[in-house]
Amino acid sequence: MNTAGRIAGERAGVAVRESLAGRRNRSVAAGVFLGYLLLSTVVGLVALAVLLATILHDGLPYVDAMLFTNSPSADPERAGARPAIIASILVAVVLIATALPIAVGTAVYLEEFAPKGNRLIDLIELNIQNLAAVPSIIFGILGLAFLVRGIDLGPVLLAGALILGLQMLPTVIIASREALRAVPDSVRQGGMALGATRWQVVWREVLPAAIPGIATGSILGMSRAIGETAPLLMVGAATFVSFNPGLLTQYTVLPILIFQWIKLPQEMFQGLAAAAIIVLLVILVAMNGFAIWMRNRYERKW
Amino acid sequence: MAITSSTTNGGGRPQLAATSRRLGERAIIGALALAAVISVLVTVGIVVALLIPSVEFFSEIPFAEFFGTSEWAPLFEPPAFGVPPLIVGTLSTTFWACLVALPLGLGTAIYLSEYARPRVRSTVKPVLEVLAGIPTVVLGYFALTVLTPFLRALGWQVEIFNAFSAGVIIGILLLPTVTSLSEDAMTAVPSSLREGSFGLGANRFQVSTRVVVPAAISGIIASFVLAISRAIGETTIVLLAAGQLARVSFWPGESVMTMTAFIAGTGSGDVPTGSIEYKTIFAVGLTLFVLTFILNIISIRMVRRFREIYE
Repeated sequence: MNTAGRIAGERAGVAVRESLAGRRNRSVAAGVFLGYLLLSTVVGLVALAVLLATILHDGLPYVDAMLFTNSPSADPERAGARPAIIASILVAVVLIATALPIAVGTAVYLEEFAPKGNRLIDLIELNIQNLAAVPSIIFGILGLAFLVRGIDLGPVLLAGALILGLQMLPTVIIASREALRAVPDSVRQGGMALGATRWQVVWREVLPAAIPGIATGSILGMSRAIGETAPLLMVGAATFVSFNPGLLTQYTVLPILIFQWIKLPQEMFQGLAAAAIIVLLVILVAMNGFAIWMRNRYERKW
Repeated sequence: MAITSSTTNGGGRPQLAATSRRLGERAIIGALALAAVISVLVTVGIVVALLIPSVEFFSEIPFAEFFGTSEWAPLFEPPAFGVPPLIVGTLSTTFWACLVALPLGLGTAIYLSEYARPRVRSTVKPVLEVLAGIPTVVLGYFALTVLTPFLRALGWQVEIFNAFSAGVIIGILLLPTVTSLSEDAMTAVPSSLREGSFGLGANRFQVSTRVVVPAAISGIIASFVLAISRAIGETTIVLLAAGQLARVSFWPGESVMTMTAFIAGTGSGDVPTGSIEYKTIFAVGLTLFVLTFILNIISIRMVRRFREIYE
C-alpha cells in the first residue's frame, strides 16, 4: 500500500476513535471553552467597576469648591485645578475651530468628490489609517520640533491644542466618512435629478443627513484629545500655572495636572489627583452622553 | 475636465458633470481636497521632524553603538548611547499587555459574536467600550495606587515602579481594541457557514473554534497586531507605573524604561535645542515610529483582506 493511502487510513481510524470516545470529552472541552469565554468577558467588566469604585472612593472626599476656584499650589490644603479646567475648555474650543472643519472637509472630499480607484486617493486613505495608530508621543515630537522650537511658538496652549488637533484628525475623518457613506445614493440622485449641482446636493441634503454621525465621531475624537497626556508633556505643558490661561500663555490641562499630582510624594496630592480625575471623567461622560442623546434623537434609518 | 472626470470615474454614483462647471463650486471642492492633503502633510511632517535630527545623531553616534551596546545613559558623563535597554523595557511591558489583552479580548469577542444573546451583547459591548475611552492618566493612577500595592499585599515583592503592573493595565486598556476588531471580523463571516456546520451536527464550541475563528483569522490577527503596536506606543501608563530606570531586565517585578518613557521624560525637560541629548529624542522616536509603522501596515493589510473576502 502506498504512503498516501496509509496516512488516509490512519486518519480515518483516528476519526472513528474520536467519535467512539464520545460526546463526553467534547462536552467537557466545550464547557471549559465557555468558561474561558465568560471569564474573559467578566475580566473587562470587573476591571472597569473596580477602577471607577477606586477613583470615587479616593477622590470624592477631595471634591469641593476649592478644587474649582483655586490654582495648583505646593500646599495641598490650598491646591485647586481652576487654570487646568479653563485650559481644557479652551483646548476644546481650539479643536472645534481648527481640526474639526479640516477633518469633516477631508471626509466630504474622500466620500463625495474624490475619483475612485485613483492611486493618490488610495495613498491618502492608507495614510489616514496609519496615522490613527501612530503613537501619541510621536505627535508630541512633531509639536516639539515644528511648533515649540521650529517656529519658536514656545510652550503655549495654542501649540498643545494644535498638536491634539492633528492627532484627532484620523478618528474624526474615519467616523465622518462612515456617516456620509450611510446616506443612501437615492438622496444624491434625487437632488441631482432636480438640477442641483454636486456641491448643492452635498451641502443641503447629504451633510444635514449625516450630521448626527459626524457629531458623534467628532465628540468621540474630542473626548480622547481632552483626556490625552503624553504629547502635551513634549510641548511643554507646565504644572504650577496660577493664572487663567490664554491661547498664547503657558498652560496646564486636567490630565497633565493629574499626572503631576500623582507623582508628588504627599499623600494628599493622590486624593487631589483622584478628585481631578472625577472632574475629568464627568466632563467626558457629559460629552459622550450628549453624543449618544443626539444620535438617538436625530439619527434617521434609511 | 469636468466632462472627462464623469467618464473616467466609472462605477458608483452618477455624476452629472455639466452642472459642476461653476467657479465657486470648484473653489469649494479645491478647498476640500486641500483639507485631505493636510493629513498627508502630517505624516510628511513627522518623517521630516524625525529624520533630520536622527541623521545628525547617527553622524555622531555610529549605528553599531546605538543598536549594539547595552548601556543607555545619554544624560550622564560620559554618556552612553546603547538603545537595547529601552527596547527590552518596551518589549517587557508589551509582553504583559499582550498576555492580558490578546486571549481575553479574543475570548470576549467569541462570546459576544457566537454565544451571547442580542440583549446581553448590546449591553456588554458599549460598557466595555467605555474602557477604551478612559484617559490613560487614569489607568496609570490605577496601576500605581491599586495594582502594585495589591501585588505586594499578595506577597510578591515588586518594586514600586515595575513592568508587570504597567503591562497588565495597558492590556486592560487594549481589551476593547482586540474585542471590537475581532468581533467585527467574526460578524462578517456569513451565517451560511455556521448553519452548514450546525446542520452537520457540530455544536457551538466546534462551530466557533473550527469554522468561525479560522474564517475570521485575518481580522483577528489584524486586531492582535494593532494591539501590539498600541502597547509599544503607550506612554502615560508606563511613565507613571513602570518607572525610568534603563536596564536590560526581563524580570516583571523590576522597574524598566521604555522608548516612549525616555522620549517623554527627556522631551519634557529643558534639553537645549541642537545638543546631542536633544537629538537622542528623535533617534529613539524614529526607532519607535518605524517599528509601529511596520505593525500598522501589516494590520491594515489584514483588515482589508477580510473585508475583501466577505463584504
